[in-house]
Amino acid sequence: MSDLTRMTAVEIAAKVAGGEVSAEEVTRAHLDRIAAVDGKVHAFLHVDADGAVEAARAVDAKRARGESLGPLAGVPVAVKDVITTRGVPTTAGSKILEGWRPPYDATVVERLRDAGTVILGKTNMDEFAMGSSTEYSAYGATNNPWDLGRIPGGSGGGSAAAIAAFEAPLAIGTDTGGSIRQPGAVTGTVGSKPTYGGTSRYGLIAFSSSLDTPGPCARTVLDAALLHEVIAGHDWRDSTSIPQPVPPVVEAARLGLTGDLTGMRLGLVTQFDGEGAEPGVMAAFRDALAALTKLGAEIVDVSCPHFEYALPAYYLIAPSEASSNLARFDGVRYGLRVGDDGNRSLEEVMSLTREAGFGPEVKRRIMLGTYALSSGYYDAYYGQAQKVRTLITQDFNAAFEQVDVLVAPTTPFVAFPFGSRTSDPYQMYLADLFTIPTNLYGGPGISVPCGLSEGLPVGFQIMAPTMADDRMYRVAAALESAVGTLTPPSLEG
Amino acid sequence: MTTTTLPTYEAAVAGFEPVIGLETHVELGTNTKMFCGCPTDFGGEPNTRVCPVCLGLPGSLPVANKAAIEATIRIGLALNCSIATWCRFARKNYFYPDMPKDFQISQYDEPLCVDGYLDVEVDGKTVRIGIERVHLEEDTGKTLHVGGATGRIHGATESLVDYNRAGIPLVEIVTKPVPGIGALAPEVARAYVTELRDVLRGLGVSDVRMEEGSLRCDVNTSLNRPGEEWGTRTETKNVNSLRSVERAVRSEIIRQASVLEAGGRIIQETRHFSEETGDTRPGRSKETATDYRYFPEPDLVPLAPDAEWVATLKAALPEPPRVHRKRLQDAWGLSDLDMQSVVNAGAVELIEQTVAAGATAAAARKWWLGELARRANEAGIELSAVGATPEQVAELQTLVDSGKLNDKLARVVLEGVVDGEGSPTAVMEARGLAVVSDTGALTAAVDEAIAANPDIAAKVREGKVQAAGALVGAVMKTTKGQADAKSVRDLILQRLSGS
Repeated sequence: MSDLTRMTAVEIAAKVAGGEVSAEEVTRAHLDRIAAVDGKVHAFLHVDADGAVEAARAVDAKRARGESLGPLAGVPVAVKDVITTRGVPTTAGSKILEGWRPPYDATVVERLRDAGTVILGKTNMDEFAMGSSTEYSAYGATNNPWDLGRIPGGSGGGSAAAIAAFEAPLAIGTDTGGSIRQPGAVTGTVGSKPTYGGTSRYGLIAFSSSLDTPGPCARTVLDAALLHEVIAGHDWRDSTSIPQPVPPVVEAARLGLTGDLTGMRLGLVTQFDGEGAEPGVMAAFRDALAALTKLGAEIVDVSCPHFEYALPAYYLIAPSEASSNLARFDGVRYGLRVGDDGNRSLEEVMSLTREAGFGPEVKRRIMLGTYALSSGYYDAYYGQAQKVRTLITQDFNAAFEQVDVLVAPTTPFVAFPFGSRTSDPYQMYLADLFTIPTNLYGGPGISVPCGLSEGLPVGFQIMAPTMADDRMYRVAAALESAVGTLTPPSLEG
Repeated sequence: MTTTTLPTYEAAVAGFEPVIGLETHVELGTNTKMFCGCPTDFGGEPNTRVCPVCLGLPGSLPVANKAAIEATIRIGLALNCSIATWCRFARKNYFYPDMPKDFQISQYDEPLCVDGYLDVEVDGKTVRIGIERVHLEEDTGKTLHVGGATGRIHGATESLVDYNRAGIPLVEIVTKPVPGIGALAPEVARAYVTELRDVLRGLGVSDVRMEEGSLRCDVNTSLNRPGEEWGTRTETKNVNSLRSVERAVRSEIIRQASVLEAGGRIIQETRHFSEETGDTRPGRSKETATDYRYFPEPDLVPLAPDAEWVATLKAALPEPPRVHRKRLQDAWGLSDLDMQSVVNAGAVELIEQTVAAGATAAAARKWWLGELARRANEAGIELSAVGATPEQVAELQTLVDSGKLNDKLARVVLEGVVDGEGSPTAVMEARGLAVVSDTGALTAAVDEAIAANPDIAAKVREGKVQAAGALVGAVMKTTKGQADAKSVRDLILQRLSGS
């Protein structure tokens, strides 16, 4: 294996900028790594080798002309397949979009290109980002590099696994209920969900519009912060995008790496204390808390009484919005069309297309959402869930009057074996128990590796007030400086 | 049910009280679409004015057009509505073949403007039409059915969708039910749409062309026996001219009266108006309401129009059409009755523009309410669609005033203009219709007439001047009416007295 794939994004960018290595060499090293191990991992749905090499050459040419390069120029990035890439297949992990090549780039992709990063391809995911294990991908599951018989988390399992397997130093994920942080936790990588509206959703194929947030996946906190800065910022094409400057996350990460958290107050959510979490996960979490205390942080118990209703509220709001967002996949304009033999009605063709094109979890949520929004049930379900959402926001606001950030384990359990939860959707939904409140509130959250349980990674989650993303990066970097990064077993041989 | 069983309109309104309500959709004349930057011009090659947003491609997001919001607030203010201080767009979820996202971004329980009114004049009295709400939404695309004989879906081999219109800002103006207008219901409906159109045109927010669909009307009608509760209503969709609005209400009143008289009941349904037959036909039944699963549009932030902005817009509103008309009436020196006839003919603006182009008010009124109104009536079209422009009418009058055309020739020229032969001067020249003022030619014609009618000439010479009329007629015949009759007569008398 080439050393180039073992480097962090910061190191790669420095070597490319300094002329020690060309962006093309870096890109080819990663393409080679993908060719060598992705058969085992299956992190990618589409590798755009030609596009990547071309982008890398453009960076090398720019450097040759003496032009200045951005802080991530020449660094390879993998992009979750729910984000549109011009001319490059984008399926959202679904059969219904098989073969679709979007005619436009998402804003985050545009910003990745402008920054001179090299897009390697599109990563696997649970269909339409619905799931917590990547087992619901229509194109087959992704395997966790720590144990190929276990899930890599979801829905962004492909992005997290690509990073853990050294196929890419950086990746883009999307987080609706934990889909960046939870895969980060179970693959031993860093996954960060920015403030809702801090990164543009333009070009992100919508699952739940009021929750979806694109964000960075990386192997180190500083790498994640650098990627965060590249993709974040106001976008006029997304009306919910926040017209404010990006919080100084890179500066905060560098500050955190000095290992000093003096005066920082960390709120421990009492409602999460041990609830449904594996003892090994709680043990690693508590060790991390102790490490943070040594760095000067103060741990304060904080009560968020409505967090226990977050999961049911989420499972009404997200499917409701999804049922509407997914209506456009009717086989009429793009992607799959089934049964159009000239004898069937439009309704029959739509029905057959959806039957064949959508997987079981997507169908389940469409049905759930359609029901929750229907007249007569709206007030009892969707309306009630929105009220819970308001209460959860109030919990967060009250908590942040007492503490700087909130902390919790990212997931209640380590990576589970394939198939162990697919038969019981509720068991699967529990994987996002600790991540969902942040999505309902709209604030940022990050998962950092904090140790192992049963030989598998455990994630430590830090949540901050909206647009205070920098604060969580500081704590995350400090934790990383104390516990180090995790490296999975070799995939060779 | 056959038409022979239908009662007369008079019989229908004698037994029942009609209640009407109107829902008007207006395409705004903004430069760009409601939620993206695509142009809104009418026409264009199919699917050339589209982008990922108005095509509803996966991943695309809407961004609200501020100009459309401003136009809607101005409409609300002109209709005496309250403007919401905070409101949201909602998603209306349903499948429609030319609706790209399979939901429409509209407003539901939080419209931008509510609770206004518009006063209209019918039969010399003022009727106040309550406005329930004015809200903003996006238009759908258009479906074209090809391969069949009729252009309808039935018998077509293919359906094609043109998304150029998808996403054009659409304002919906909904009235409160209008009861207590009795037999005048059809006229009130027409007067309301006319007045509304004038208000919208005055605001400059839309080109309000019913024939191009930029103003579309749905008419709700119900009947009840005097003293009883309001009856079940039907909704007649997409009525596309002022005349049709009136006809649709009238025919629906007759139809419902006939059903009720026969002991039947009215089904709540959507109906379609036929321009050819003048009656309405059932569309889809609405007995069970469609569940649109409305919910607040999560892709858009709420609207909170700034109070100062609204106040500025209010202060800058143009004068209402009624006030404007009163001012014109005074300037033109018309009686109330004359002004009413101008209004009824839909000629206010046309006359105003003709005057602006240089004609006197009297001349403008003469042409628009005379020849042109006759042509429009014959063709069953709006006066504005008759084919002559205010500038052309003014030009015609200039030709008359300068003596190049007499009244009779001017009428012929105007026919040519209406038939699309060009400007008045062009028609006059192409057809050689100018008054013959060349005395040499006239003298020759007069001499010819005298020579051909020696008996009559002798009588005139004897002092029987009335007999000259026959000679004038003969001259007019040879000059094809292009001579000035008085000059001809003078010339004849001069020739016959001088020799």
